[in-house]
Amino acid sequence: MNPSSLAVRCQNVVKIYATGDQKVTALNGVNLDIAMGELMMLVGPSGCGKTTLISVIAGILDQDSGCCEVFGEDLLNMSNQHKLKFRARNIGFVFQAFNLLPALSAAENVSVPLIINGMKRSDAERKAITVLDQVGLGERVSALPSELSGGQQQRVAIARALVHSPKLIVCDEPTSSLDHETGCNVMALLKEVALHKDRALVIVTHDARIFDFADRIAEMDDGHIVEVKDKMTQLLKNIEHG
Amino acid sequence: MNHIALKMLMGDRGKYLGIVMGLTFASLIMTQQPAIFLGLMSRSYSFISDVGLPDIWVMDAKVQFVDDIKPLQDTELYRVRGISGVDWAMPMYKGLLKARLVDGTFQTCNVVGLDDATLIGGPPVMMEGKLEDLRRSDGIIVDVDGARDKLGKPSPTPGGKRISLKVGDSVELNDHRAIVVGIAKVTRTFQSQSVVYTTYSRAKSYAPKERKLLSFVLVKAKPGQDLAELTRRIRATTGLAAYTRGEFISLTYEYFMHNTGIPINFGISVLLGFIVGAAIAGQTFYNCTLENLRQFGVLKAMGASNWVLLRMILLQAVLVGTIGYGLGVGLTALFGYSMRHSILAFKFPWQLLLFSGAGVSLICVFAALISILKVIRLEPAIVFKG
Repeated sequence: MNPSSLAVRCQNVVKIYATGDQKVTALNGVNLDIAMGELMMLVGPSGCGKTTLISVIAGILDQDSGCCEVFGEDLLNMSNQHKLKFRARNIGFVFQAFNLLPALSAAENVSVPLIINGMKRSDAERKAITVLDQVGLGERVSALPSELSGGQQQRVAIARALVHSPKLIVCDEPTSSLDHETGCNVMALLKEVALHKDRALVIVTHDARIFDFADRIAEMDDGHIVEVKDKMTQLLKNIEHG
Repeated sequence: MNHIALKMLMGDRGKYLGIVMGLTFASLIMTQQPAIFLGLMSRSYSFISDVGLPDIWVMDAKVQFVDDIKPLQDTELYRVRGISGVDWAMPMYKGLLKARLVDGTFQTCNVVGLDDATLIGGPPVMMEGKLEDLRRSDGIIVDVDGARDKLGKPSPTPGGKRISLKVGDSVELNDHRAIVVGIAKVTRTFQSQSVVYTTYSRAKSYAPKERKLLSFVLVKAKPGQDLAELTRRIRATTGLAAYTRGEFISLTYEYFMHNTGIPINFGISVLLGFIVGAAIAGQTFYNCTLENLRQFGVLKAMGASNWVLLRMILLQAVLVGTIGYGLGVGLTALFGYSMRHSILAFKFPWQLLLFSGAGVSLICVFAALISILKVIRLEPAIVFKG
C-alpha cells in the first residue's frame, strides 16, 4: 500500500493495562494499515482489544510501545495540546450509546465539534442544520435527544461526526443499540455520506449483519490482528461455507 | 462553549434548583444572622451614639461598658471643668429605677438625668413636646417605644393592646410623681428598657439616696484641642477614665463581644449555614458533574481542552453562586425591611454583602474545585466504555 494514501499505520502497537499487581495486555503487537477512502471493520470477541485499538487510533489513549501514525503523524510523540487540536480537526466519533448531550437540541449537538474548533455558535448551528438535513433529520433540528428514536439519535451522532469534515471517523458499535433494519439504514447512511476518497472509516462491531458494508475486515483476538480479509476473500469464504 | 455549559447545568432542573437553593440558604444564613448580630451589638452602644454633643465621656476608672455605672462624687465635675482644654463639662445621671404604672404594676426603666441648665445629652429626636419642657415641674420625656409598650396604660379589654402614654399622663418613679412632657425617639438599647429623660437634680431626687450619684461627666473640648491629649490629661489629673465617643463605643462593644455568648451563638449559626450550604451545594454540584462526566469525556475526546472544561465548570459555579447569593441577600433585605418596625435588631451594612459574598464564593470554589479535579483526571477513552 502506498504510504501517502494511508490514513492509519499501526506498527507493533502494544498497550498494557495495569490494575494493582495484575497486568492485562490489551494490544500485543498490532500491525494494521488503513487506507484513505476505506471502510475498515474491526471485529472479534469481547475483550480482544478492538476498543483499545480505536482509542489509540483516535488519539485518546496512548500506547505503551510501537508506533501509530495517523495521516503520517505519530500520535505518541505529539504534545497534548497538539493532539487535542489534531483530534478536534481530524477525527469524528460515533459511539455505541450515541453520547449526545441530553440538554442540547440536535442542531446544537451537531455544532459542538465546530465550536470546539473555534467557529462562531451561529455559524456552527447553521452548518449543523445543513448536515442534519443530509442525514434526513432536517425536520428535527430543534428536537432534544430524548425526543428522538434510537435510529434518529444515531443519525444525529453521525452528523456530529461529519460536520467538521474530519479525515478519519471512528465508530464504536454504531448499530448495536439499533434493530436490524435501522442498523442497516444507519450503515448505509454512514457509507453514503461519510465515506469518500479523502476519508477513512474505522468501525468496531460485533454485528455480523453489517459486515457486508466493510471494504476490509480486521479480525482481532487476544490483542492481535489475526486476519485481515478483503471483500473478495470474504465472498469466497462465504461460498466455500455454502 | 459557554451556552453548552449553561445548558448542561440547567438540563436537570431538579439538580439545578437544588444547587441554587443550597447556595440561597447559605447566603441567607450568612447574611441574615450577622445582620441581626450587628443590630444587637449596635444596640449595646446606642445610648452613647445617641448623645451627640460631647467629645469625651469621663467616668469611674473601673467602668467596663455604658451600663456598668460606678457613680462619682459631684465634686469630680468641678475637677474636670478645671482642666485646661475643656470647653464645658456637664453632669449626667444614668440608672435603673422602678416606675409604678397606673394599673399598679412596676417596670424598670433607664432614667437619664441631664444638666438642669443646658439639658445636654438629651434624646436625638423629639416626637412630641420640646426638650425645654423638662424644666416644667416633675417633667419627664419618655421614649416612644416605652410609651407605647412597657410604660403604656393597660387596655380596657382583656388581652388588648396597651394604650400609649401621652403628654400630660403621669407615672410614679420611686414614689415620686413624674409628668410626661414629651415623647422622644431614641435608638433601642440592648436591654430594651424604656428610657426616661429628666433633669439631673430631679433624677437625683428619684434615685435612692446615695453619697455618689454622678454617672458620667460629658466633656466638650475647646476648638482645636487634640482629643487624645485631652483624655490623657483628664486621666492624669483626676484619676478617672476618659474616653472619646469612639473609644467608649469600642469599650462597650468589646465588653459585649468578650463577656456574652452572643458572638459565639451567632457565629455558630453562621458557621452552620456555611457548612450546610457548602454540603448541599457542593454535593449537588459534584453529583451534577459526576452525572455529566461522560459528556465531559465526549467533549474531551472531540478535542476540548482541560482549560475549556475548567472554564465551563467555573461558569456553572459562578452562575449558581450569583443566583444563590442574590436570592439569599435579597431575602435578607426583604426580611430586614419587613421587620423594620418590629423590636428585632437588624443592621445590614455593605460590608456584610462582602462577607456573605466571600462565603458563597468559597462554597462555589470548593464545589467547582472537586468537580474540576474529577474532570481534569478524566480519561477521554471513557467514551468507548459501554
